[in-house]
Amino acid sequence: MVERGGTPHTVVTLAIAVFALVFPFFASGYHLYQGEQVLIFAIALLGLNLLTGYNGQISLGHGAFFAIGGYGTAILITKFGLPYWAAIPLASVVCFIAGFLFGFPALRFGGLYLALATFALAVAAPQILIYKGFDAYTGGAMGLQLAKPHAPFGLPFNVDQWLYFFCLASAAALYWAASNLVRGRVGRALIAIRDQPIAAETMGVNAALYKTTCFGVSALYAGVAGGLSAIAVGFVSPESFGLALSLAFLVGIVVGGLASLGGALFGALFIEFVPNIADQLTVSFGESAKALPGAVYGALLILVMAAMPTGVAGAARAAARALAWSRQAKVE
Amino acid sequence: MITRRTFLQSSAVAAAFAASADSARADNAPGVTDTEIKIGQTMPYSGPASAYGVIGRTETAYFKMINEQGGVNGRKINLISLDDGYSPPKTVEQTRRLVEDEKVAFIFNSLGTPPNVAIRQYLNDNKIPQLFVATGAAIFADPQHFPWTIGWQPSYVTEAKIFAKHILKTKPDAKIAILYANDGFGKEYLAGLKEGLGADHAGMLIKEASYENSEPTVDSQVVTLQGSGADVFLIAATPKFAAQAIRKTFDIGWTPVRYMTDVSQSIASVMKPAGLDKSKGVITAVYGKDPTDARWKDDPGFKEYAAFIEKYMTPHELIDAFAVYGFGLGATMVQVLKQCGADLSRASVMKQAANLKDLELPMLLPGIKINTSPDNFSPIRQEALASFNGASWEQFGEVLTG
Repeated sequence: MVERGGTPHTVVTLAIAVFALVFPFFASGYHLYQGEQVLIFAIALLGLNLLTGYNGQISLGHGAFFAIGGYGTAILITKFGLPYWAAIPLASVVCFIAGFLFGFPALRFGGLYLALATFALAVAAPQILIYKGFDAYTGGAMGLQLAKPHAPFGLPFNVDQWLYFFCLASAAALYWAASNLVRGRVGRALIAIRDQPIAAETMGVNAALYKTTCFGVSALYAGVAGGLSAIAVGFVSPESFGLALSLAFLVGIVVGGLASLGGALFGALFIEFVPNIADQLTVSFGESAKALPGAVYGALLILVMAAMPTGVAGAARAAARALAWSRQAKVE
Repeated sequence: MITRRTFLQSSAVAAAFAASADSARADNAPGVTDTEIKIGQTMPYSGPASAYGVIGRTETAYFKMINEQGGVNGRKINLISLDDGYSPPKTVEQTRRLVEDEKVAFIFNSLGTPPNVAIRQYLNDNKIPQLFVATGAAIFADPQHFPWTIGWQPSYVTEAKIFAKHILKTKPDAKIAILYANDGFGKEYLAGLKEGLGADHAGMLIKEASYENSEPTVDSQVVTLQGSGADVFLIAATPKFAAQAIRKTFDIGWTPVRYMTDVSQSIASVMKPAGLDKSKGVITAVYGKDPTDARWKDDPGFKEYAAFIEKYMTPHELIDAFAVYGFGLGATMVQVLKQCGADLSRASVMKQAANLKDLELPMLLPGIKINTSPDNFSPIRQEALASFNGASWEQFGEVLTG
């Protein structure tokens, strides 16, 4: 199985890696910014996929953890003078703790009830951010502005290239960590809890600990993504972390493919570029359709899900299987 | 650190300004050809703020009309209006696309306070005009630190100062209470009121109460404010809360002079829910002609606007305040480009945007004029007062300057 499906898989992975490394040397600053956004979304989707795809806990509130990461980073940089490379990990630890703690009440909710509980997080986040008591730190409705970091050690990169590489390195490291996590004992336990919680507990898996930790790790990923977003955009405000963001994450993991880490990249590409495509398409329907990018986006989403019900990753797996089949048939 | 950096930047820009003014003619901005001026903006066509999308559509239609009439100095205006869903990260992305990919000459009337804050540093660093931002926040009128960013409509500070002026004139011994939203809008309003009263009359403001947008009602705040014994009540609240405040003052028998922000002057969504009778006597500030007001029926400015809507928009948009707004912005933009003449460099566009003199627009109230200068980046600083008669707004008194 691994040998048969392995070759095209490796080729695709290598091609993506080479492209990701060469891209910044011929792309404009604008395209690099888009690249940063894709990587940031991919990191958040990796984390959400650990939770929803592997562990079966639905979260509609990851925008809130993304917001904690973003604001945490912005506050540590602007109010405490920390450098960005220290602020992001610190803010992510805060996210881990927040996620871990939220994991406890989450233990009592299953399925749709958990979805609703996390949905409440996403609704509350923007309003908590403008709460008067936190104004001194959060900047209230006006948000916080950040200066963009320059490349360290005299590296010959401009600001956009450096930010891109910083996001790329973070994404690669977090992908590596996630793939190690799901391949080993922990991954098997997470999947067992998702599929057969009673059997898993009978086997001696501490479901409560795994589920809360999984929530924490997932929130940590969202936090790193939020922190990177804060420095890439150079600005945080409550509007940056609205309900739409949490929903976009859910769209991202479903389109990318549940329980597939590679799918995170495709999900991220979808939520970054398809809204732009929808906006472009409305132009071809004439000026009066200018107000309808949401409708076009919805139609595109339905089309994609109809064509690939198991997401891009599922479709890729099916294609690889078909390829292997036809090869086998030829040999016979 | 930050102050020093911004100071250096602003002095560098000021130097650039001076240099470009001296030299005969700088090169034209990117996006300017012999036949076209390409400009860009972001608008929330999707998402929770999508009602504002009408503004972008009106402006696109307005430039279409101008282009059909031959354009400005022989050049057609090509406005590229992109959706940002009112999300600052997307605003940054779309603005960078406009500047770096589409190569627009400048940014025109992008909408929203947070989206505009998010792109302000980028545009100023690159010396790209950020013209007539679609927000009432006064922070965008800061030529010293952000010489490439300019507002358009009266800011909340301007309006609050106009109210303060009127209070000082008509009720010099007033005891003022204010209800304000705990966000950028509400806080600017409070600051504007204090500024308008000045240090000498600071004691007139006897009670402040704020509310969160997430609160269900502001009833308890209104009761608290009544308890202070105030006889003037300033309502700096968004429509839902403004309606509650108007209704509550009446219901508890409190009869102060009520001033209300122009943000909430919609009769359909504020005065009717509050109760038309209970709303009688509320005072607000206006600067544009109300398209539903019969007294403009034969006004040449209104006729011009109505003809535009008829030909380039849909009929139901005639009474849309956002269409009136977009119409005014389009006309202002055309005036700036006319003033630029043959010199369409970015510095020249910015210089002319800050050089509007007594510009009157078809849909601005008579007497209200747009004025800008290198140290005045608040184009509309005048408003007239209007009081509610139970059916419509009745303008009274002279145009006041804030």
